[in-house]
Order: sequence, then structure tokens, then C-alpha cells
Amino acid sequence: MASRSLKTIALFFAAALTLCGTAGAKTLRVSLHSDLKIVDPIWTTALITVNHGYMIYDTLFALDEKLAVKPQMVDHYETSADKLTWTFTLRDSLEWHDGAPVTAEDCVASIKRWGARDAMGQKLMSYVAELAAPDDKAIRMTLKEPYGLVLQTLAKPGASVPFMMPKRVAETDPQKQITEYVGSGPFIFRADEWRPGEKAVYLKNPKYKPRSESASGLAGGKVAKVDRVEWIWIADAQTQVNALINGEIDLIEAPPHDLLPLVAEDKNIELFVFNPAGRQNAIRFNVLHKPFDNPKIRLAVAYALNQKDLLDAVIGTPKWYVECKSLFPCGSPLESTKGWDDKFTSDFAKARALLQEAGYDGTPVVLMQSTDIVSLSNLAPVTKSLMEKAGFKVDLQAMDWQTLVTRRTKKDPPNAGGWSAFLTSWASVDILDPVAASFLNASCDKATFGWPCDAEMEKLRDAFAKETDPAKQKAIAEAVQMRLIEYPTHLMLGQYVQPQAFRKNVVGLLAAPSLALWNIEVK
Amino acid sequence: MLGYILRRLLATLPVMLIVAVFVFLMLRLTPGDPAAIIAGDNANSEQVSLIRNRLGLDEPIFTQFFIWLANILHGDFGESFFFKKTVTELIASRIEPTLALSLATIMIAVTIALPLGVLAAYKQGTLIDKIVMGFSVLGFSVPVFVIGYSLIYLFAIKLNWLPVQGYQRMADGFGGFLQRLILPAVTLSVIYVALIARMTRTSVLDVMNEDYIRTARAKGQVEIKVLFKHALKNAAVPIITVIGLGVALLIGGVVVTESVFTIPGLGRLTVDAVLARDYPTIQAVILLFSLVYVLINLVVDLTYTLFDPRIRY
Repeated sequence: MASRSLKTIALFFAAALTLCGTAGAKTLRVSLHSDLKIVDPIWTTALITVNHGYMIYDTLFALDEKLAVKPQMVDHYETSADKLTWTFTLRDSLEWHDGAPVTAEDCVASIKRWGARDAMGQKLMSYVAELAAPDDKAIRMTLKEPYGLVLQTLAKPGASVPFMMPKRVAETDPQKQITEYVGSGPFIFRADEWRPGEKAVYLKNPKYKPRSESASGLAGGKVAKVDRVEWIWIADAQTQVNALINGEIDLIEAPPHDLLPLVAEDKNIELFVFNPAGRQNAIRFNVLHKPFDNPKIRLAVAYALNQKDLLDAVIGTPKWYVECKSLFPCGSPLESTKGWDDKFTSDFAKARALLQEAGYDGTPVVLMQSTDIVSLSNLAPVTKSLMEKAGFKVDLQAMDWQTLVTRRTKKDPPNAGGWSAFLTSWASVDILDPVAASFLNASCDKATFGWPCDAEMEKLRDAFAKETDPAKQKAIAEAVQMRLIEYPTHLMLGQYVQPQAFRKNVVGLLAAPSLALWNIEVK
Repeated sequence: MLGYILRRLLATLPVMLIVAVFVFLMLRLTPGDPAAIIAGDNANSEQVSLIRNRLGLDEPIFTQFFIWLANILHGDFGESFFFKKTVTELIASRIEPTLALSLATIMIAVTIALPLGVLAAYKQGTLIDKIVMGFSVLGFSVPVFVIGYSLIYLFAIKLNWLPVQGYQRMADGFGGFLQRLILPAVTLSVIYVALIARMTRTSVLDVMNEDYIRTARAKGQVEIKVLFKHALKNAAVPIITVIGLGVALLIGGVVVTESVFTIPGLGRLTVDAVLARDYPTIQAVILLFSLVYVLINLVVDLTYTLFDPRIRY
């Protein structure tokens, strides 16, 4: 009796809640990989903020599901015969969320702000002589010399996307966060409903003018088919899954691989790999100090390791990973295994021979292990074990990721608070070519942590940037890959995909390089 | 009494100052640089330095401390390094869930634990006593997340009576507020039921052989009145202490429960801030927790006078 009463009370509350909450509007409730903390996608490279950016902003160009560049806000574009002048013409009737028309001046200001922060943007801007808006709809980019990555740069997904913002917002100092969140994308951010640590809310932009083509990846017609999207921050992975099973949320962006069998058991839930390009694991070297100041010792690591053991340790089932010896992601246009087929085979004899040849003196490798990121934490112990079998001395130092990212900025010797190597992963879309892949930046002090310094590599990267012929670009990319054998800046440790889990009443999910929540219906 | 309260409140000032110094130094001396975290994976050293400069982290540590202290004295706890919000706003938005969870937990715990403890004392050595004490040991021993997941499995997934996760503010509807508070509060109350029941049993047993209990019985008082009016009241001081400390611990220490049930409270805010090395937020929440501890201790001390007239301040 008591049980029945309790159930009646619970059902009453549930019904009341349902009646109050929905009122006929279609709401998509998703649980993403992180809480939305920062809402300026130019100021931070955090993936969650990139996802937020794609909700409310639009881009001049975008990648489709095959990673091909397509116009997005741009209606058409022209290039001068000398390839120095590019003119992009905006589509008709583009509007900001506040009702003002999108103008070329807005886009110029947006490109400039993004170009001051993003590495690929900086590279593009270093080739730009003038960026102007001759009229309301035309953006004219004049280059100092031909640059082969203009469209790829403007369409770049992944970290730091060139999102378009109103001029008054885009004129914010690039080193400071914006305070107004007005875009022209398919959804409108409800800043008043945003509760950090709890949820972020987006409403359908009724005035959005989607392209006529059907949606493909981040390109094509972005049609918002739900009235409201709620990003519900659920920190605990098991609770995410429980909430999905119970129908409290409709989609999980990144359920941990070890919980996938549990999710797959539920007949109301399906799995979908939205980003087939996935992520690539990598080991990054600090070339400033022994032992990795010697390229041959770095190469010995490539012979000592094998991708299968590493991927098994973090992903588990081969269903979700692929051994990939290509520097550029497998499945991408620049994929090639040239020069690397004999590496990542745990050929300890070859690794030991290389160490001997390089005169390795037993200096311990200080290997930093992040313990709080499930997809990374097991990589380090496996790496240590394999390296030790090849004759390395490895000092594995465990720490949380935030300590690791701080310590990796230190140039001190490994035994004085510095480091020798750490393991990380990259979204494949961030490493599609030699310019985009920041681990290939070998410009010494200006390079990212690890500070590789190799004039030859830089020459090849510049050549790639200037080349406009895709076939020749591919040849240069292969040369970069070959150069990586002579001068390893990092090593690629396999590729994996992250499936989304969603309830079957959710239809229209898109395969895309970043999370795309348009085109989705909740039945 | 007023003089005592005033003296105690004044004594909190040096305590808070010591906490402030300690927290500030602890954060600056532990590894982790918010600038490097903000800069992200693609940044170079120059970009990290720029961010450090903008956040004022390249100032000498004493300068940073005195700027922070001066701002606090003006009621300004600063702006979060990550959220484009002031720390005061952030904390204000997280207080309700934590307070609601803490108070609900203590209410459930006290309501269940006091009668259980008294009953166990009254039935000392019997099966009932052993069951209550067995539950008490179990309550201490089972991790809170195991209890949480078990209750979720039963009441949310299998029976579908209650939601798995989330918090609804009271202003958005009392029904939803209560519905989402039940499971986390029950989960969290288990350990406090165990603690308070055990303390109640021990304290009541201590007074059961006192003369005034014998006198009450000799006067013909019914046993329930003897237990709750005479025994429990006289045993109250240590029980109140445990309840008070429980409230203080709950306000700062419900991280696991908040994570399992996705409650956006102060515990999660603290963890997120620590992971992100969000110095202004960590400093402010720890100061707040310290203040809560000090004030709850004061309230507990004052409450003693209600139960034991011999205590005077």
C-alpha cells in the first residue's frame, strides 16, 4: 500500500513536471564531453567552445562530410589569374541574431580577430597584404604571394574556427573574451539561461537562411529542426548513460568506450560515429634536452612502440580504432604510410641498435602521464613498458592533465622540473596538412611545447602553404612525412573514433568533423 | 551572551586571515598554471606569457596577495579566470543546490537516526540493537557512490519513479525540486543516519542510569516520555555537535553525490575550479567554507545552552 502511494506521488510529480516543462516545443537534450565554461570560440581552443561556436555562428566556408571545402556564408568567390586577389561574395539575406544584416565589414573584422589568435590564421594573415570590404557583400583578400591554403584555412574546423561575428563584437581585443554572443548561425544562445556547471540553452533561429543544398558535414543547409537544444552537463559518465537509458537526455556526445557495451544493450539506444576521422594519439618529444635532443633516439621510440598495444589499452575493441602509420589521418586526402611501414612494430632489436648508434647513455626519459583523462591515462604505462624493453630508462611521472599542460611549458631540464615526453591526442581535423598540424611546427622557440627546431621541416611546410596544386601538395606532404623520420617532432600512435549514443527517437544525425546539432529531429 | 557572540565573531577575523594566507600560498605553490590551461594545445610560450600577464600572474606573489586581499575587503572576490562571471555570481548560483541538499540530508538523517538511536539504547543487547548497530556499520562502510548508483538503478531505471539526475530550483516548481532532491538526499543521509544513530545510542546509554531517569520512572512517566523528554534531552550535547559538524561537512563535502546526481552545487564548483586552477574561485569558495565552519561551530555552541542550563557564556 505504502509502495503504491509513493508511486502515485512520484507519478504526480513526474506528470506535473512534464506538463510544466514541454508546452509542445521540441527540445533536444544532449550531454556533451565537458561543461561550457568559455563562450568565446576565438579566445580558447576548447572543443566544447568550438561546439558552441557551430551552434550560434556561421563560417564563410565549411568542410562537408568528405572533408571537402564548400562555401557556407559565401555565395560565390573569384580568384585573380595571378592568384593574389580573392573576392568572396556573401549570400543574400544573411542576418545576425539581433536582426542586423551580415556585412562584409563584419566578416573582415572577424577574420582579423581570429587571424590574430589561431596558428593557421596567423599563417594566412602573414601572406595577406590587404583585407577589405569594397561593398556590403564583398570581401577582398589581397595576398603578397600565392597561398595554397586560403580556402582550407577559412573552412578549418577543430580548434579555433574562423566564426563570423558582428563587427562591434569582432573588434574586441583578441586577448580578451567577448561579452556579447550574437551570431548568424542556426541557433541563438540564451545567455540568460546559461548556468555554468549545469546547462546551456539554445533556441532555433527562426530567421536563419539555410543553403539550398542538403546538409553534409559542417556544410550545406543547416536546418534547425528542434525549437530548443539543451546542453546538460553531466560530469559522471555512468550517470550520463543512466540518464540516456531513462530518457532524461536524448544524446551523449562522447560515452566512454568501456561503457559502450552497456549502452548497446538497451534496445532504445543506438550508436553513431559522427566524426569518422576521429582522433590520433601521439607522443610529443622535448627536443631541448637529453635524451630526445638526438633525433635518432626519438626514432628509436618509433621502433619500440606498436599501435595495437597502445590502442588496446585505451580504446579496447578494434571496432573503434585503426592502426594508422600515416602522419596525416587515415581516410584524409594526404594519407600515406610512405617511410613508416617498418615502424611501430615493437622491433626492439632495431630500436636497441639505433640507441647504440646514437650513443644513448641511459639518461632517463621523464614521461608525463595524465591520470584524469580516461582516453589517455593508460597510454603512458604501455609506452614505458615498450620503451624499457628496447633499452630506454623511463621515469613515469603521474599527474593530472592540468598539471601536465603547465609543466609542458617549462624548458628546464627533465631532472629540474622539465620533461622529456608526454602523450596526447588530436582531433584528426586539426592535423589534416603540414600547416594545420601544430606538432609539425619546427620553428624553435616559436613552436609549441617541445620546441622542435628544423629548418628543413619549416621549408617544407612553407612550400606546402604556397603550393596551390593539390597533387604537388600531396608530394610535399609525403616529403614532410619522410622528413619526420630524420627529425621526429612527435610520433603518431593510432587513430580511434568516438561514437555518440542516442535514443532512437532522435533522427537526422550528421557525420561531421565537429558536433552538428542541426538537421536533427526528435520524434 | 551577546558579549560572547561578539567575541566569537571577532575571533573569526584572524582565523579567516590565516585561511586566506594559507589558501593563497597553497594554490600558488602547487603545480598548475591557469594561463597554460587557457592557452590550449596550439599555443607557444609567448602566448602563454601574454595570458599570464593579462591575468596578473606574473606579478610578485606578495603583490598578487595584497591586491586580492584589498579587493576582498571591498567585497570584490574577483572574476573567474574561465567563466566571464564574477566569483560572487558563480557562488550565488551554486548555493541553493548545496543548501537544499545539505538541509534535506540532515532532516532525513535526524528524523530517522534519533528514534533509531534511542530505540537501540532502550533495547540494548537485543536483536533490535544489533540490527541498528549493524546498519550503522554498513552505513559507514559502503561508499556513497555505491549507494547512489544502487538507488538510481532501483528507483529511476527499474521502477521509473524518480529521475536519474539533475536539480530543479525551488523557484521553478516545488514538485520538481522535491522529486530531484529525494534520491541524492537519501543517498547522502545513509552515512549520517549511521553516525547520528550510533552517537545517540551511546549518549542515551550514558544517561539511562542517572538518578533523574530513575526518578522519572518512579513518578510513573510513560517510557516514551522518559526516553525522549528526559534521556534524549540530557544526551543532546554530543548529538548536536555531530549534527552541526555534519551540516558543515555537507556544505563543503558533497562532491561525490553532486557528481553522481549532477547537482550543480558548491562541491562541484570547487572541484571544477581546482581542476582548471581557477584561483579566484577556489580562494573564494574555501574562504566561504571556512566561514561556514566557524559560524556553524558558534551556532552549535550556542545551542548547547538550550539543552543544558548549566552551560553559560
